[in-house]
Amino acid sequence: MEYAAFFFIVVGLIFFLGTSIGLLRFPDFYTRMHAAGKGDTLSTVLILAGCIFAVGSQGDLNWILALKILLIINFVFIGCPTATHAMMDAGERAGAKPWNKKGENK
Amino acid sequence: MNSFITIAGVTLIGLMLLVLIRVIKGPTVIDRLVAVNVIGTKSIVLLLFSGILFGQLDMFVDIALGYGLLNFIVSIAASRYYQHRKCLEQKGGNS
Repeated sequence: MEYAAFFFIVVGLIFFLGTSIGLLRFPDFYTRMHAAGKGDTLSTVLILAGCIFAVGSQGDLNWILALKILLIINFVFIGCPTATHAMMDAGERAGAKPWNKKGENK
Repeated sequence: MNSFITIAGVTLIGLMLLVLIRVIKGPTVIDRLVAVNVIGTKSIVLLLFSGILFGQLDMFVDIALGYGLLNFIVSIAASRYYQHRKCLEQKGGNS
């Protein structure tokens, strides 16, 4: 139970490392949005799963608590991509042009 | 287990500072919005970590859920607000 917690939390942190690096290095709004939306949701869900096992290994896990954490996981799974979609839509409407190789945002 | 959770929490805060750079540097408003959304979802995780460390996770789970809902609604509202203002896009030149 404890090793499962270690595993999930470490993998979640690695994904979040990828997300933050992607957010910083990508040249354009759309590519940044791609990195942020995807990696952020996945790492949050993984770390939350790790939290369930972490609490489980401490022995005071009653099923209501696990259910609540699962509820948060489901909400993040549904809510975060929707928010990313709304922001992408706003970026599109406000006139963000996709980056291309030749010129910057030609 | 508790020491591992604290280490994970500290690394999480460090990575969130990385995202904070994007909030400061972001040329357009919507880049900043994206980065703030990422920080918002990550603070849910931080809340849960502190819940585990302080022992009574029941209280912190509810707080984290409430915070997640609020963060989601703010992202939607802000994106709806910024989509009709043409002037802001690429005002700061290309990144």
